[in-house]
Amino acid sequence: MRARALRLGEATLVAAVPIVLALVVNGVLLVALGRDPFTFYADMFERGLFAWEGFQESIIRSAPLLLIAAGLIVAFRANLWNLGADGQFLLGAALVAGLAPSLLDALGVWPMLLITMAIAALAGGAWTIIPAILRGRYGVNEIITTLMMSFIGIGVANVLVKGPFKTDIGGVARTDVVPFDERFPLLFGTRIHLGFAIAVAAILAVHVMMTRTSLGLRLRVLGANPRAALHAGLRPVRLTLIAFTISGALIGLSGSVEILGVQGSFRADFNPAYGLLVIPLVFLARLNAIGSLVLVIAFSVIQIGGESAAREADITSDLVFVLVGLMLLFMAVIEYLRVRRGLGMRFVPDEVAERLRPPTGEGGAPAGEPEPAIGAGKVGSR
Amino acid sequence: MAAETDSRAEGQASPLCELLGITKTFPGVVANDRVDLKLHAGEVHALLGENGAGKSTLINVLSGMYRPDAGAIRFEGRPVRIDSPRAAIELGIGTVYQHLTLVPTLSVLENLMLGSHGGTGRLDLSAARARFAELAGLLGVDFTPGARAGGLALGQQQQVEIMKALWRQGSQILILDEPTSMLTPQGYEELRSVLENLRAEGLAVILITHKLHEAIELGDRVTVLRAGRVVGLLSPRDLRGRGEEELSARIVEMMFGEEAAELGDAVEVEAGPVPRKLTRRELAGVALQVRGLALDGGDEAVGVNDVDLEIRSGEIVGVAGVDGNGQREVAELIAGQRSPRAGKVLLFGEDVTRLGVRERERRGLRHVTDDRHGEGTVAELDVATNTVLKRIGTPPFWRAGAERREEIDRFARGLVERFDVRTPSVRIRAATLSGGNVQKLLLARELAGEPRVVVFNKPTHGLDVRTAEFVRDQIREAAAAGLAALVISTEIEELVDLCDRIIVMSRGEVTGAVENAAGVEERIGALMVARSGSGS
Repeated sequence: MRARALRLGEATLVAAVPIVLALVVNGVLLVALGRDPFTFYADMFERGLFAWEGFQESIIRSAPLLLIAAGLIVAFRANLWNLGADGQFLLGAALVAGLAPSLLDALGVWPMLLITMAIAALAGGAWTIIPAILRGRYGVNEIITTLMMSFIGIGVANVLVKGPFKTDIGGVARTDVVPFDERFPLLFGTRIHLGFAIAVAAILAVHVMMTRTSLGLRLRVLGANPRAALHAGLRPVRLTLIAFTISGALIGLSGSVEILGVQGSFRADFNPAYGLLVIPLVFLARLNAIGSLVLVIAFSVIQIGGESAAREADITSDLVFVLVGLMLLFMAVIEYLRVRRGLGMRFVPDEVAERLRPPTGEGGAPAGEPEPAIGAGKVGSR
Repeated sequence: MAAETDSRAEGQASPLCELLGITKTFPGVVANDRVDLKLHAGEVHALLGENGAGKSTLINVLSGMYRPDAGAIRFEGRPVRIDSPRAAIELGIGTVYQHLTLVPTLSVLENLMLGSHGGTGRLDLSAARARFAELAGLLGVDFTPGARAGGLALGQQQQVEIMKALWRQGSQILILDEPTSMLTPQGYEELRSVLENLRAEGLAVILITHKLHEAIELGDRVTVLRAGRVVGLLSPRDLRGRGEEELSARIVEMMFGEEAAELGDAVEVEAGPVPRKLTRRELAGVALQVRGLALDGGDEAVGVNDVDLEIRSGEIVGVAGVDGNGQREVAELIAGQRSPRAGKVLLFGEDVTRLGVRERERRGLRHVTDDRHGEGTVAELDVATNTVLKRIGTPPFWRAGAERREEIDRFARGLVERFDVRTPSVRIRAATLSGGNVQKLLLARELAGEPRVVVFNKPTHGLDVRTAEFVRDQIREAAAAGLAALVISTEIEELVDLCDRIIVMSRGEVTGAVENAAGVEERIGALMVARSGSGS
């Protein structure tokens, strides 16, 4: 009981400390710019979290991020580095934006929504097949290939939007706008659209898949120890292909959520770089889907609230990137210190550690000699 | 032999380093309980004990990895605090760990220079070369400083590790953690001569081992640990002038206490070969047949050429040979983890050469890998999941893809109990198990569910006497129940103890096959180093 409370306390501490540190450092920056940090932060939380309108905005912002997180978790857990999220996302988004208007005219709202979602997922999934085959069959580093495919995907998306999908209306090249009433339906009279429900369902489904199903375990075995996977008779090539296509499909789907939930059309050179934002988030959540859900929503709150507070304080909203970056950085540092301690390297004094140590176990325990901590051994022998 | 060492005035010379009353506890375990240890210059001090006796903890205290809860260390008569690895190094205490830490792509010299933290960052190559030459002369090694570390034999790599530990001028104590665990018989002889040189140079060497005959052969003094306590100390006088048998018996009693009597057999296997009377089993039909198996070698792996073998149900066939002569490749080819260039694998007459691992398992074939951490288990997963690693997705553990946790846990608890795997729970990560317990876990997994043919690759490697005998018993029992067993081992005594027939591999080829009978060891030994004369 006590141990559990301790763990919970520690978890809260680990989550809270980096946020406080980031707020302090960013606050110093605000003061240097002649703004009152307290007003700014009050505004930020007011507009991102406590004000109903702002909170809805935050939730809406989190929808595509959650789908990307779900997709990344599947790949990362299998130790496959799908770093091409932005290409998969934009390709899905461009196809949805380009095809939705004519599908809408031909088939009506619901068939259009379903078909465009399917197209976005297929496009995202298909975009990972080349890296998946190269990695699975020939061992080509997928970090390079997914990044290259991402460049190609971003390029193709813009070629489509500036070419065949371009609307006749003048100005910046863009696709036809899907009318507001014919996008994702809104939930329960709020401004939050169906995409958020889909995203939450997807990330929960990924959680169940990774933790409770045979496919999830196979992917985890492949990720944790590929030689054990081979020894146990798993099929690494097939699993690589499966993990990559699920990953790409979920990320592609996020493109449709962004277009048919928020944007309504694809403007040329649109690229919110969501993939880059989500990668550190899922890592800090230790590739746990539930943890990622919480972190992604928290960051959406800070982004939306911060953008609004920046407008209010008449400074550039780039400041929000500084804040978010600081938080991620401090989270990573705290995480590192935690891991270090887990490896037996304390950063608390011995006397304190002594008091924290749980009482020794029951008698008759196996006289197993505790091996020296893995990390300690490595450090010493360097 | 220890008797060959010169007779120093023992007792009179004050010890170089003394560990006094070292106590170290971990949650639930007293790893060291008031341990005393005296190290003398110019002596090899063997630290002997079962897995878990507290040997590693003690040397981790001496090398600054652990801070003891109680006790003191005196170095050259002065009390010292060794509270970090750096402090140990500065006192001239070098450690060679069981696992190699060399960077395979770098040269020997580069590896050695990695270890020295020389101030300014400039590499003093000529000084390093001079030091290398000095140490090479001291140890009597025969590789060049420019040789790629990864290209050296394991014994040579170990010599580089020793050089690394001695690299700093003024080394006084060298700790060797289980140095023989990966050596060939030839490498063992090299180690013996290296120790001879270190002795002559006046270093104090601590040699950690769980093998009794090594402690007697290599050590000038032997300290025996059991359950964290010193239970025996043999001085040079004790070691000299007594027969090995008498010594063994005495040490076995120290190591195992009252239980020693019932372990007599096991210890004899460890202490020296005892030819086994063969019992003719009722041999059934051919279970596994391998015909003309061939595999191309690569940079790391040795090739396999034209391997034939045949095992009947109920038979135990041994594969002898120096490590790295194609045994592992044959095991993997049989299991289906590799595809051969040529040749066939037949299970009960059926050609399975083109089938995958899972299909072969379904036909009753199992493979106990020799790499229990690298491929046998997934360290991050819990013990229970590791017991069903080869059955992912199959009922009753999964239904329609959904995991059934209770079934898996129940199965795992059954295996853990039957094979005496020491673990507080089946839900803890496999990484927390000791090597012996992981081996039992692997064995439990592969022997569960009525296997018909099992390939055991070095099933007792690195295990203490008791666990090793337990493993051999399990193999015997399974064979008595009709299992066809292929046992790969580098220890001839073990194969003689266990097998009906023994084939010998050298350079990827079968150089001979012998029926197990008296005096078979010499023939095996000769075949182990032979090139296949009649070969293709």
